[in-house]
Amino acid sequence: MLAILEYKAGNQTSVKRALDHLGIPNKITANPDEVLAAHGIIFPGVGAAGQAMDELVASGLEAVLRDAIEQGKPLLGICVGCQIMLDYSQEGNTKTLGIIPGQCNLFNDEWKDMNGDPIRVPHMGWNKITQRKPCELLKGISDDDEFYFVHSYFPEPDPEYVIATTQYGYEFCSIHGGPGLWAVQFHPEKSGRAGLRLIKNFYNYCEEAANAK
Amino acid sequence: MLSKRIIPCLDVRDGRLTKGVKFKGNVDIGDPVETAKKYYDEGADEIVFYDITASHEGRGIFLDVVEKVASTIFIPFSVGGGINSVQDMRDALNAGAEKVSVNSGAVKNPDIISEGAARFGNQAIVLGMDVKQVPVTSEIPSGYEIVIHGGRKHMNMDAIEWAKTAEALGAGEICVNSIDADGTKDGYELNLTSTIANAVNIPIIASGGAGNPQHMYDAVTEGRATAALIASIVHYGEYTIPELKRQMAAMGAKMRMSW
Repeated sequence: MLAILEYKAGNQTSVKRALDHLGIPNKITANPDEVLAAHGIIFPGVGAAGQAMDELVASGLEAVLRDAIEQGKPLLGICVGCQIMLDYSQEGNTKTLGIIPGQCNLFNDEWKDMNGDPIRVPHMGWNKITQRKPCELLKGISDDDEFYFVHSYFPEPDPEYVIATTQYGYEFCSIHGGPGLWAVQFHPEKSGRAGLRLIKNFYNYCEEAANAK
Repeated sequence: MLSKRIIPCLDVRDGRLTKGVKFKGNVDIGDPVETAKKYYDEGADEIVFYDITASHEGRGIFLDVVEKVASTIFIPFSVGGGINSVQDMRDALNAGAEKVSVNSGAVKNPDIISEGAARFGNQAIVLGMDVKQVPVTSEIPSGYEIVIHGGRKHMNMDAIEWAKTAEALGAGEICVNSIDADGTKDGYELNLTSTIANAVNIPIIASGGAGNPQHMYDAVTEGRATAALIASIVHYGEYTIPELKRQMAAMGAKMRMSW
């Protein structure tokens, strides 16, 4: 079973629909016991980083999240969930979780795309990812596949944590983390078959990790 | 680099797909969920559902459709038609839409853009605007006027100014529909879309006039749109979405070719 972390800044229902479609047992929950009993955790997020942090702290889930990571529970952060796993976000000058070293910066609308036009912010739509190191999440996903993004800030972790990058006026990090602790800037639950495949890969990893224990 | 998006638009009345608003007499042309699934399978990048149901009871049927769509397709989709309040937005987003499109509701009450953006984020609020070309006056310096009710009511608002206002209020995207081009299949109103695209820094969706892939290519190049809305050319089988994508890609547009 996967736990979808329930707090006020999440797009939990979209994630749940994708998991249901894939036949993956799941529950949207804020209950610490349920979260810690799950084989893996999906940590979604929408809206502003500061608000998401406030909600996470207020609901007591920040501590639960830290316990889960301590126990080696696989985690997948999505969008703002991905961003606030870093130390700091420029958005609202927010101190964030600090699970992975790095910070989150604003796209500069003076940056130019490949045609020489200034980029529009937010970065909204489908874009490719370039894999920078092997990652279980990307099994069966090709360089031609695209993912759906919608964000104005982008993660910039320490280089050793960069798994994949995406070009939008700047080559930014679109997947970061390491085995069992991943964060994706795009929305896999809205990225068609490639996104569903990534979610399925995460689930398979969680089940294997649980069986190995 | 960001791909250009192809967005089929589905008009829904009483839970069924119908021909567009501008056609007289509504003809049932299918099931919206099945059609959405077909377009999803064919590589649509996003889908727009437009509720043209008049009755209050019909609203519930429409939201049921939205929920079913949300469990069937895993790409973003937006919902427009009859969005006049934050509650309408919440209903549509809770039913599973990513975005809501406000049009005449925002013309009458621009604050719903900022209220919606504050509650749900800018990315969730699309401003739909219906625009008609008119003689240049001091009130309409661009010669593009905002109209509502399918073009029957002129609002004495300049489209360029309205686009800037909507961006400042927090709209995340603007869908520019030319009433003059709509239904002609002669191509999008490129001067209109590029003028608006140059006036704001949020993404622009071109709407109205698509007849072939060249028109769509023009919209995302010369017209400076990031997405092209289409309806009848795919609904009636003139083109399939993969054909449109292949042809636009062959012309040099960056398209999502794997799905």
